[in-house]
Amino acid sequence: MRQTIVRDVSDLPTFGFGPRSGPWWGAMGFMALEGMGFAIAVGAYLYLYAINSSWPIGASPPDLWPGTLEVVLYLLSIIPNEYTSRAAHRFDLRKVRVGLIVMSLIGIVLLVLRGFEFAHLNTRWDNSAYGSIVWLILGLHTTHLATDLGDTVVLAVLMFTRHAKPRRFSDVTDNVFYWNFVVLAWLPLYVLLDWVPRL
Amino acid sequence: MSMAAEKNQLRDDVLNGFQLSQQLERIWRTPSGLLGALMSVDHKVVGRRYIVTAFVFLLLGGILAVLMRIQLAGPENTFLSADKYNQIFTMHGSTMMFLFAVPVMEAFAVYLVPLMVGTRNIAFPRLNAFSYWMFLFGGCFLWISFALNVGPDVGWFAYVPLSSLQYTPTKRPDVWAQMITFTEVAALAVAVEIIVTVFKQRAPGMTLDRIPLFVWAMLVTAFLVMFAMPSIMVASTSLILDRLVNTRFYDSSSGGHPLLWQHLFWFFGHPEVYIILIPGTGMVSAILATFARRPVVGYPVVILSLIATGFLSFGLWVHHMFVTGLPQLGAGLFTASSMLIAVPSGLQIFCWLATLWDGRPVYRTPLLFVLGFIVIFVLGGLSGVMVASVPIDTQVHDTYFVVAHFHYVLIGGAVFPLIGAVYYWFPKITGRMLSERLGRWNFWLAFIGFNIAFFPMHILGLIGMPRRVYTYTADMDWAHLNLLSSGGALIFALSFALLLINVVYSARKGTLAGDNPWNASTLEWATASPPPPQNFDRIPVVKHRDPLWADGESLPVVAGLSAERREVLLTSLAEAEPQVREASPEPSIWPLLAAIAMTIFFIGSIFTPWAVLWGTPPMAIALIGWFWPTGSKEDEA
Amino acid sequence: MPAWVQKVLVLCTTWLLAACAGRQSALDPQGLQSGQIRSTFFIFLAVSAMVWIAVVLVLAVGMLRRKRATHTPLDLHEGFEQRAGRLVLGLGVATTVIVLGLSFVSYAGQRNVFAKDEHALTLKIIGHQWWWEVHYEADSPHQSFVTANEIRIPTGQPIKVELESADVIHSFWVPSLTGKMDLITGQKNELQFTAKNAGVYRGQCAEFCGLQHAHMAFDVIALPPDEFGRWRDHQNQSAQSPADQLGRQGEALFRARGCALCHNISGTLAGGQLGPDLTHVGSRTTIAAGTLPNNPATLGAWISDPQHIKPGNLMPKMPLQSNELIAILHYLEQLK
Repeated sequence: MRQTIVRDVSDLPTFGFGPRSGPWWGAMGFMALEGMGFAIAVGAYLYLYAINSSWPIGASPPDLWPGTLEVVLYLLSIIPNEYTSRAAHRFDLRKVRVGLIVMSLIGIVLLVLRGFEFAHLNTRWDNSAYGSIVWLILGLHTTHLATDLGDTVVLAVLMFTRHAKPRRFSDVTDNVFYWNFVVLAWLPLYVLLDWVPRL
Repeated sequence: MSMAAEKNQLRDDVLNGFQLSQQLERIWRTPSGLLGALMSVDHKVVGRRYIVTAFVFLLLGGILAVLMRIQLAGPENTFLSADKYNQIFTMHGSTMMFLFAVPVMEAFAVYLVPLMVGTRNIAFPRLNAFSYWMFLFGGCFLWISFALNVGPDVGWFAYVPLSSLQYTPTKRPDVWAQMITFTEVAALAVAVEIIVTVFKQRAPGMTLDRIPLFVWAMLVTAFLVMFAMPSIMVASTSLILDRLVNTRFYDSSSGGHPLLWQHLFWFFGHPEVYIILIPGTGMVSAILATFARRPVVGYPVVILSLIATGFLSFGLWVHHMFVTGLPQLGAGLFTASSMLIAVPSGLQIFCWLATLWDGRPVYRTPLLFVLGFIVIFVLGGLSGVMVASVPIDTQVHDTYFVVAHFHYVLIGGAVFPLIGAVYYWFPKITGRMLSERLGRWNFWLAFIGFNIAFFPMHILGLIGMPRRVYTYTADMDWAHLNLLSSGGALIFALSFALLLINVVYSARKGTLAGDNPWNASTLEWATASPPPPQNFDRIPVVKHRDPLWADGESLPVVAGLSAERREVLLTSLAEAEPQVREASPEPSIWPLLAAIAMTIFFIGSIFTPWAVLWGTPPMAIALIGWFWPTGSKEDEA
Repeated sequence: MPAWVQKVLVLCTTWLLAACAGRQSALDPQGLQSGQIRSTFFIFLAVSAMVWIAVVLVLAVGMLRRKRATHTPLDLHEGFEQRAGRLVLGLGVATTVIVLGLSFVSYAGQRNVFAKDEHALTLKIIGHQWWWEVHYEADSPHQSFVTANEIRIPTGQPIKVELESADVIHSFWVPSLTGKMDLITGQKNELQFTAKNAGVYRGQCAEFCGLQHAHMAFDVIALPPDEFGRWRDHQNQSAQSPADQLGRQGEALFRARGCALCHNISGTLAGGQLGPDLTHVGSRTTIAAGTLPNNPATLGAWISDPQHIKPGNLMPKMPLQSNELIAILHYLEQLK
């Protein structure tokens, strides 16, 4: 087929931020399906809650302090996260490095705290269906936390190498975006795991 | 930043014709040799592998179906033992649903969607390669297990407590559950790729109301996958945990409940039907427009119907559970919601009928399969309305009536369009036409054989034959209809043998196709058959819903993309205005390595929970290798 | 119409009718509920048939009719597009009306089928891999008894079955009388039905329940109320003591060879609870959950090698001498 050039796109940039970039939409897609995974797990929790007359089954509710401390830390982490995002938008490599290191440290602290939370659930996964669903949901969220932490650490290292090219700043903003999802997902799960058994 | 260096790059506007083709082909081609083949990230290479693999699983699943029909041809047959039969019907259902129907539809999308929206590769091509390997390994895992007599035997629905450790203390249900995890990972990955490809990589000017109907169908399907499959992943994971580390999700003595499994399974399982069906309707729309020689009537109606079907499909899972003792009023409401899905399906049928009414049909094989589709699928839809009724369902549930119903819907609604699609797109994929003569034989044998095989099952169900029985006694009066059905199944199987012969023969000896043998209207026909690695030398500009019909002799295109690294054009979501020239990843071995690491992780975790620990580092290494820049032009853009 | 065509038609119809009748057919209802369901089904069938024929007719006419001449595929006729659009939407509305109408028909039928009667005769049925335990419960324990794989009921009286499972999920289904209901682990379901006519109606497990799902059948025997009363009184009694020497030997062997570990025979020392109750096994019509008719030959074959007849079932093969087998068989045959 004959072709007629009707348009020139050579002036377009080679990467974009947010909805202009492909990976942002990819992250969005994965957040949607992972969010659905959380929703299904929450649904399973509520189903079991509804059919059992006593809840929690054969256990006392989880101790509040680890989960609550996590909530505080998650919410505070939005500040350095946003700082990293802004630095990335300005291509400020030094600040992005600082931001990623801080976020990596926060991730590690949260992961340690998560260990305490498992220890203070006051039930085991094989005690009852209550124990099973609680461990499943907490495990599911921990996987997301660990994955994002891994991503953040790798990006932090990357930004200290010769590969710290402009388009990597877009990757940093996608990482920031995903972290917000991890934070946002935790809030309803916290209410579910720590407060519903106290109803 | 690097804009200065950018300026010195070789662009496609300084090259022309043959030179440009050669240059683009050099940067986009899959490296040669075995290693190169394993590294390929070309959506056409991956798509072709995906399609062929899915058809191999169709063949295997089909052989199982024939074995079952031989067993059931007469009463008290001893051709298969109870144990073999139960494995075989489980394998048949699991293979057809998870290894054939869903993957084959996604495979066609992987191959066709980038071409139809006018881009050079799918979004996230490495994820795409990874997805294929996961699918392949999951499928092989299931079938190797079956060959080793560890094939699952608890049905493709694996109801607890039958599938629990207590009642099935073998590894068979673990194999089933983990195969699910493999294929769901693969399917979810493709869903995200399709969504991003359609959202961001459409050719300039392909606004939302100019997207081909097939692409719309695949987009809706991708969303269904995204929201339905997490449910089955939660289900299969919790089943494995129950079996492996003693969790109590389904243990009714510890607060769990078997019906939780059914809710999770069918919350996925019903949309699953539409994940298979909606691509089929997309194929129908594509084929119909070409062979009725006019655009499909009611383009917006068809799209809204697809979207409505997608939404409604999440609100009917309970009709699989009408006989589990649910509250009556609730069940009644699910009757209404289940029947309502007939409305969007009906609207699509009416649009197709109107298209044929006004069109000037050219009766080639693809159209024959579409006509067969309408006749069969409408019948299947109507029997679906019957099973949606609670009182009727209490009789026909889990009988051969339901077997007849869903084969009418799935084979009529998805496989007939799919075979039509094979005849339709084979020339694009291979550059050669399939034989029309064999095609007609193929169609008529399939149509007649299918109806003889499956229509009698309606009656069998009504006169009392339950599903999943490996035999029945002579005094039950089911023998004649079963024999008839088995005969039809053989004819139906023969039609697939013809298809195979046709494909093998025509791939080498078929008539050369040329770019657009059917004189169709969508963009995949604007490039060579088979398409070059870069798909298009220049990205088309779309000004009409049917660009090749509207633009006549000359295709408007864009210039200005790089000619020395892989680059795709990103456009805006609604208006498809060009935004970014984004680098597209080059071939890499890492997706394969990541898939291997994940396979070891998944299979290992059937045997020991510690696999989660020692299986993670290899996966992490593979993923870092995957994303770590190599300093290529694509990475450093 | 030529004579041979008529003949073929008559043959086909007769054959179809014959095929639809039967002791396990939803099309040959013998109960109030199954009758109601069939009526609902026929309404759906009639509507569906009309819709399908209409679609195929429109398809055929649309293909065959003469078409207007056009030059290119995009040479569309504005008037047709508008008319077609309106027609499609109109048909969409019609479809909506039809399915809502059918939903109401369905719900009306559902209410009838699941209507509850407070005075129903209550049975408890427990599903096992792969047989049915049937409890007849009454206020006085002397009026309660247990049987297996055979349910006798009085005609004309509402029956309520309470459904439970001892292991995996099963489904209770007697198509001649009513639709099915699952027996779910950890849950109690119930189902009510009324047999209109006396007769033997076969039922079968309808939910896949493992290896021998295919061999998990039972009979519902509907009897006139007085006959049912006599049967019930008889079932309430303990097992007959064996009348002869061989029978007494059989009774002893029943315990000595381990049968009694799993099977209960009321009034004797055999009190096993794992397998079917055999107190009146001699009076039942089938054995092995509807797998074989009950006669000395089949029962003997079953006892000597149950794994051959129904592989995988939970009854082990017992090493018995042939004279021992004869004695046990003789004993069981007397348990009328």
